[in-house]
Amino acid sequence: MSGALRPRRREIHPRPYDPAYKTSVTRAPALPLLSMESTPSEETGPRFGHSLIGPRDADLIHNFTGNPAIGERIRVHGRVLDEAGRPVPETLLEVWQANAGGRYRHVKDGYTAPLDPNFGGCGRCLTDGEGRYEFMTVKPGAYPWPNGPNDWRPAHIHVSVFGHAFGQRLITQMYFEGDPLIARCPIAQTVRDRAQLDRLVAPLDMGESRGMDYLAYKFDIVLRGRRRSVFEGEM
Amino acid sequence: MVQPLDTLTETASQTAGPYVHIGCLPSFTGIEGVYPEDLGRSPIAEGAAGERITIRGHIYDATGWALRDAMIESWQADAAGRYPGQAGADPAVTGFARFACDGESGEWRLDTVKPGPVRGRGGQVWAPHIALWIVARGINIGLQTRIYFAGDDHASDPLLARIEQRPRVETLMARPEGEGAWRFDIRLRGEGETVFLDL
Repeated sequence: MSGALRPRRREIHPRPYDPAYKTSVTRAPALPLLSMESTPSEETGPRFGHSLIGPRDADLIHNFTGNPAIGERIRVHGRVLDEAGRPVPETLLEVWQANAGGRYRHVKDGYTAPLDPNFGGCGRCLTDGEGRYEFMTVKPGAYPWPNGPNDWRPAHIHVSVFGHAFGQRLITQMYFEGDPLIARCPIAQTVRDRAQLDRLVAPLDMGESRGMDYLAYKFDIVLRGRRRSVFEGEM
Repeated sequence: MVQPLDTLTETASQTAGPYVHIGCLPSFTGIEGVYPEDLGRSPIAEGAAGERITIRGHIYDATGWALRDAMIESWQADAAGRYPGQAGADPAVTGFARFACDGESGEWRLDTVKPGPVRGRGGQVWAPHIALWIVARGINIGLQTRIYFAGDDHASDPLLARIEQRPRVETLMARPEGEGAWRFDIRLRGEGETVFLDL
C-alpha cells in the first residue's frame, strides 16, 4: 500500500499545449510543473466497494430506461494493470459516450443527430481480483465539433480510472480499430508518440464476441506503479 | 544489448472533454435514475470531527475567462491528518469529493472539514492542504494542485519550500472570506498562474 509512485513519464502523454486542439491554447499552463517525490496525498486514494455498483451499472444498453438502446451492440473488456504488470483489483472504472448517432445526452450538445430515448451514456464497474472489467454498450457514432471548420471526433468512449492512489488518477479515451478519423483527429493526435496512440485503439476481439448477440473490443489500461523499495516503511 | 526492463508504460491521458459530467456527475447534467446519486457528493458524513469549512473559487483561463465546464476532484486527510484507511482515521471522513464549475457563473464550491497536518516519510510534516485534480475540455492531462490555508504554519512544508519564486507560493493559498469561508481561485495560464504539480 505505501511507497512512492513512479514519476509520470510526461513524454508519453499528450502535450498540454497543442494549437491544433484549439481549446488547449488558453487552458495549458505556461510555466513548468513543480516536480518532487510523491507524498501521502498522492500515495493514498479513495476506495469504492461493490455496494456502490448497481446490477445494471455496467450495461449501458439497458441502464437508462430498461428498454434497449439502438445501435451496434458491443462488449468492451480488458484489464487494469500497473507499470510493474500487476493487476489493479477492485478499482472503479467509469465510462461515458455519445449514442450510436454521435449525440451526447448533455445540455451543451446541440448536434442535429437525435437523442436515443433509451440511451443515457454513462456506466461504471469495479475490476475483479485479476484487474478485469467489462461493460456492454452500443458503439458510439462519430460527431462534429467546433475546432477546425470540418473536424469530426472518431468513435470513442471516455474512460476514467481511479487506481488505489490519488496520484494514479487517469482519464483517457478508447478508440476503435480501423477508424480513419483517428489519424485526422486533433485530440487523438495530441499524443505525439504513435506507439502510445496505438495503445488507445481497441482491437476487435472476435474470440470474446458472441454470435447473433454482440461484437467485442478489448481495451487494457496501465496505471502508474509504485517504486519497489524496502527502505521506506514509515507511513 | 542489455536485459529488457520488465515494465509497462502508463496509458496515455486524453482530455475529459466538455461532457465529462455525463460519466462522472450524471445528475448534475440531468441524467437521473442510472445511479442513486453522483459519486463524491461530499467528503464528509454526519459527525465528522473538525472545523467545518466552505471553499469557493473559479478557474480562469489565459484570457481571464472563468471555465464553465471543468470538473474538480479533491482528496484530503481528516482533522487529525489521517487519510481514510489509515489507523485511527475518522470513519466519517471519506476524504474524496467531486464537483463541477457552475454552468452559468463558473463558481465551484467544496464543503468539508479543515484537514490536519500530515506526516510522511522521514518525519516530514505537510501543512494542512487539500489535493486537487482538475480536468476539462482543453486540458489534455489532469492538472494536480493543492489548496493550503493562509495563516497556517507553512515554514516546514517541503512542497512549498520547493517553490523558488516565493510570490508563487501565494497561488496555493486559500484566503479567508469570513467564518469558515475561504476563496481559492485557480489561474491556468499567464498572470498569477497557479503552481501545478508533478508528484
